[in-house]
Amino acid sequence: MSDVTKKTGLVAASDHRPAAPTRRQALKTLAAGAGAAATMPLWARYASAQSAEPIRIGFGKHATGIGAAYGRWYDRVSQAAVAKINGDGGINGRMVELVTEDDGTDPRRAAELLEKFANQSNCDIAYGTLFSHVVIGAAPRAGELKLPYFVVSEGHHVASGMLNRWTVQPGITDVKSQVAAMAPFITDMLGKKVTMIFPDYGFGYDHRDNLTPAIEAMGGEVVGKIAIPPTETSFTKYFPQIPRDTEVIYHVMVGPAVLTFVKELGEFFGPSRPEIFGFIDSLEAVDINSPGLEFLEGTYFWEGMPRYLQPDAPDYVKAYRDAVGLDANGASTSDPSDVSTAAHMFGCWETLHVIKAGMEAAGYQSKDDRQALIEAVEAMTEMPAGPAHPQGAKIFNGKTHQVFGPQYISKVEGGKLSLVHTASAEETLYPDEVDYTTMDF
Amino acid sequence: MEFGPYLLLACLEGAVLAAVLALMASGLSLVFGVMRVVNVAHGEFYMLGAVAAWAVTSMLGAGAVANFVAALVIAPLAVGLLAAAADMTILKRLEYDPERTIVATIGLLYVIQQLTLMTYGADARPVVAPFNSRIALPWVEWGENGLSLYYPWGLSTTSYKLFVIVAAVVLITGLRLFMAHSRAGLIMRATQLDGEMATAFGVPVERVYAIVFGAGAALAALAGVLIVPIQQAHYLMGGDALLLSFIVVIIGGLGSLTGTVVAAILIGMSDGIISVFFSPTLAKIIATLVVALVLVFRPQGLFGAKDR
Repeated sequence: MSDVTKKTGLVAASDHRPAAPTRRQALKTLAAGAGAAATMPLWARYASAQSAEPIRIGFGKHATGIGAAYGRWYDRVSQAAVAKINGDGGINGRMVELVTEDDGTDPRRAAELLEKFANQSNCDIAYGTLFSHVVIGAAPRAGELKLPYFVVSEGHHVASGMLNRWTVQPGITDVKSQVAAMAPFITDMLGKKVTMIFPDYGFGYDHRDNLTPAIEAMGGEVVGKIAIPPTETSFTKYFPQIPRDTEVIYHVMVGPAVLTFVKELGEFFGPSRPEIFGFIDSLEAVDINSPGLEFLEGTYFWEGMPRYLQPDAPDYVKAYRDAVGLDANGASTSDPSDVSTAAHMFGCWETLHVIKAGMEAAGYQSKDDRQALIEAVEAMTEMPAGPAHPQGAKIFNGKTHQVFGPQYISKVEGGKLSLVHTASAEETLYPDEVDYTTMDF
Repeated sequence: MEFGPYLLLACLEGAVLAAVLALMASGLSLVFGVMRVVNVAHGEFYMLGAVAAWAVTSMLGAGAVANFVAALVIAPLAVGLLAAAADMTILKRLEYDPERTIVATIGLLYVIQQLTLMTYGADARPVVAPFNSRIALPWVEWGENGLSLYYPWGLSTTSYKLFVIVAAVVLITGLRLFMAHSRAGLIMRATQLDGEMATAFGVPVERVYAIVFGAGAALAALAGVLIVPIQQAHYLMGGDALLLSFIVVIIGGLGSLTGTVVAAILIGMSDGIISVFFSPTLAKIIATLVVALVLVFRPQGLFGAKDR
């Protein structure tokens, strides 16, 4: 796998880092020769030079492997957010630098990367990973390294208490809250008998385990549960398991073959399809007007944030889309066929802004302040909608390390996704399952 | 879904897999039969075929049919030439030593895969099928008036999937006829039986090897072009395909074209049926188990000849 290291922001002129080890060596020699008292002023000068160094954020990017489409857009959004933060003066007067490395959408590699961020590339914190198996595999290492790990993953594994005090998810909502907000819409508007199709790993299980009780609470029933491996390339063979009396198909799929999945779903049903409710994950980075997807007209999608520019979008949403380089259809402004992962990638923008707010609240100066940073983030509660939170107003739960925010339902109309329903953050809350703040650092 | 229509759907899905597998495994079998080289990079030639199909169709920008026909011609040709070049620059220098060629083709696998990643990228990209209409399939049932036809829910295929099956049958029949009746086929078979004797009779064995290696890769690429409108081109798609091809070739008997085709149908159909009725993982488990049993009880494969 190719390791990608990128530097971002206005760091070239002020980057003294390569010279530091030799300087430190020289100082040590000097200290040995002339005695500690004589060298004190030099040490002091060195310490102040270090604090002018950029804040380094280790970014685990899914550049290759099954998460590559997400990785590409997570990178673009992160670069845009860092450019904006640096343009506004950085964090505590210091510039921010992203240290980007490819994790190959691979848990083992992601855990190695955390080690590299902490011990080799001199990073202050780690950030970024999406796929749930990668986060679950890497997060324990962050705990051992005592390295703040800001994930943008959407899985319920943070709020479920599976991870540790060093791992937080302040920029994207989790599946459990999303599903809680979707279930009433599905049972009220579409039908009571639901068949779920979901990827056969952690993220899919979050959907399976949380949708079933949510649907039953609304008087509905989950009549079929079909798990498909995320590396699968052909899907028709799974569809006969869909029970005949299904009224609503609930689909969420990930991986490189999502277009094939949706296309074969359409080919299977032909003209007599049930109602279809999908998580946009099934079509992230895929053009909704691709050949074979015509049957999606009139179906519904959950979106973390609308892909298409909505007519009533506030100015800060437009500013966010411009900064990232999104056109009105949610594709890249430089290549209309390069469709974004709009429903997830806003989480990168918001997480980096939470990191900024947390570091400023903690008076973050050096790696010694890592614990103070986590405590400062845990103390956060309300996050009003605005330039730092373009997806909408959020509530952060410091005990569960999880943020809650609005959820959007869009309908495919005329080959576009139009927003038809918004669930507020309050509708997505559920009782705490863990209190990380009582755990040791 | 009822049992009958369910089974038919499973068979159709299995037949598409069997068709692609038969083409791809024929290439692997041909290379092993003639050259005694186990080509671990075979799956990457399949992937290159799919990627080349994407490149040709997106660059040409003609109609869907013209694009696809061009891809069908250009992609196998380009991949075949690349493989022939690899044979002349790498395998020939290793003197076709069985162990060293395995290591060399493993290296080739990674080189091709990573070069594709660096140029084509990590995304799965679609190729538009030349034609693709849904065909609802009828099923018979005993009604009040005796036998009658009806269209069960979900029982359908697409015209393109049927085309893949037909194309594979035509191509494999052509390959058989070519090997059995053409002069080039005769030379290949002669080289396969006894390379030294063939050299003594004036057969340019090294050139035959380059052509065979290229042709084997071209068959894999052809399979890649045929599957890409169904599955999309992705840089990691060669892995599973390689595994299945090896399973097919081992069960059928290394170097036996008939055995390869029979085993491809067996594995493809059983994979389709077991995946539909049970789970795809079970299908893979059973296929691997069959390989183990074949290796224990009939190491030369179902149709392979014993070593003389």
